[in-house]
Amino acid sequence: MGMTNIKSVSRNTWLTLCASLAGIILLFVIEENFDRFTMQIFKLCAINVILALSLNLINGFTGLFSLGHAGFMGIGAYTCALLAMTPAQKEANFILQPIVPWLLDVHLPFLPALLASGLVAGLLGWLLGVVAMRLRDDYLAIATLGFSEIIRVVLTNAQPITNGSLGLKGLPRYTTMWWAWGSAIVVTVFLVLLIKSSYGRAFKSIRDNEIASEAMGINVFGMKVLSFAISSFLAGIAGGLLAHYLTTIDPKQFFFLKTFDILLIVVLGGVGSITGSIIAAIAVTASMELLRFLDGPLNFGFMVTSGTPGLRMVFFSALLMIVVIFRQQGLMGTSEFSWDALARIGLLPRRKRSHRSNGKTGKERVE
Amino acid sequence: MLSIKNLSVHYGGIHALRGISFDVPAGGIITLIGANGAGKSTTLNAIMGLVKTSGGSVTWNGKEMLRMPTKGVVKSGIVLVPEGRRIFPNLSVDENLSLGAYARTNKDEVEADRERVFGLFPRLKERHKQKAGTFSGGEQQMLAVGRALMSKPTVLMMDEPSLGLAPIFVSMIFDIIRQINAAGVTVLLVEQNAKAALEVADTGYVLETGAIIFSGSGKELLNDERVRRAYLGEV
Repeated sequence: MGMTNIKSVSRNTWLTLCASLAGIILLFVIEENFDRFTMQIFKLCAINVILALSLNLINGFTGLFSLGHAGFMGIGAYTCALLAMTPAQKEANFILQPIVPWLLDVHLPFLPALLASGLVAGLLGWLLGVVAMRLRDDYLAIATLGFSEIIRVVLTNAQPITNGSLGLKGLPRYTTMWWAWGSAIVVTVFLVLLIKSSYGRAFKSIRDNEIASEAMGINVFGMKVLSFAISSFLAGIAGGLLAHYLTTIDPKQFFFLKTFDILLIVVLGGVGSITGSIIAAIAVTASMELLRFLDGPLNFGFMVTSGTPGLRMVFFSALLMIVVIFRQQGLMGTSEFSWDALARIGLLPRRKRSHRSNGKTGKERVE
Repeated sequence: MLSIKNLSVHYGGIHALRGISFDVPAGGIITLIGANGAGKSTTLNAIMGLVKTSGGSVTWNGKEMLRMPTKGVVKSGIVLVPEGRRIFPNLSVDENLSLGAYARTNKDEVEADRERVFGLFPRLKERHKQKAGTFSGGEQQMLAVGRALMSKPTVLMMDEPSLGLAPIFVSMIFDIIRQINAAGVTVLLVEQNAKAALEVADTGYVLETGAIIFSGSGKELLNDERVRRAYLGEV
């Protein structure tokens, strides 16, 4: 057992504090100096971080192949929008058929509306989990995918509640930089604590070997349902943020293909790594914009192509194939960021190794 | 005392256990031997509550264990080292051991037991942060035993602990079984390696197609004509 090194604990704490402070300053700088377009992308990064983390919880940490995320996002987006819009805004939207009266007058501030969107999605996730967690592998994927489509169809057809395929327009632009990144940070901290807790260990043990976890006394079924419900809750939160980021939502946005966008991030980042999901979510979201030039006319020197809309998505498909063939563990595998790991690869000054046997505290730092 | 009476298990149409009865006295080493498909593992899984039983009873110091959730069985001190080790390959040794103590709440006691397991298996201590999947078969078996010990068993049930191990690890595992038993833990051992199992066991039961066909002390069975012919490869 490594002796707990007092110096190293305080060093890591200091580094974490400094990094947090730097992060907050960075958010300020970005908010003050960047144009609105860049800010939008920055916010989208945060929303995708939440989505990737929530999908990784169920797919990566608990090892259950679920493809229902788009549906739970949709639930969250609609719940949040309908709770946070003013009665006047709702009336202006529902032109084909009036909104059901009990929903018309509900008007909540953003935070309770956002929490409610998570709770509704989480509750549905729990209900689906109780049924679907009896399935495994491909069958679970099919069942969750089907459920996601059911949600979309319901959203399209429940005209008096959701305004059907017309969608909801003119939502208040609540999702500021602080809301987006604040939520992403809260979700990240929550997941880190969850994964380190005995619940997290139980999730990972189910992924690694279900029979052994059962033999250890873990309620495998209950844990699966719990993990699925938490994952759905977080997807609902992300959906709520997305709604008030886009300010316009309609059921088509929550088509099941949306799930695969998030799955791409999770696979690229590393199935079972929080760090990987965060890095990949930011990288993929940013590249989606940076690679926009691929959709326009391209000049190769010897030939010039006319614009091919959608070419940048081909880049991601190719990248995904390369990763799946050559580096299945993705960017991070199941590893996580830590200051000590950074020191190990030489990006931070190393501390002198203390031998656990003689209990040296290793106070002196080398270089 | 762990007492199994008329235990019956059906897998679909297959009658895997045909009402077997035996006792595991406290402090002893009991072994179940028999060919593949005789029902040895099924017996252990049924006691743990991992498979559905179709009849009979399992009582532990007078308390009925069947229909108790597995967590309850673990909490009352009956623990299984599953067949084929089934460690958690992507988790570290430390995490594997913590999962062994999943049903326990007293953290100090758990940490004391962790040190005890490290004392028994110094190899695990050296590599406590390493992922268990990188270990050799023998080391994985040590971890599986260590993990089971983390739940503070009074009855340790082991399902073919010597399966697929190098000979040096096989004798080591049987040494460990003796040590664990000497520390006061009752052992219920299922083995295909009948000779080694009968050598450590007080009492052995021979299973065939879901029924106990005969039993005796370890020594008796080792010298029994029928056992020698069927399970010890002698003619």
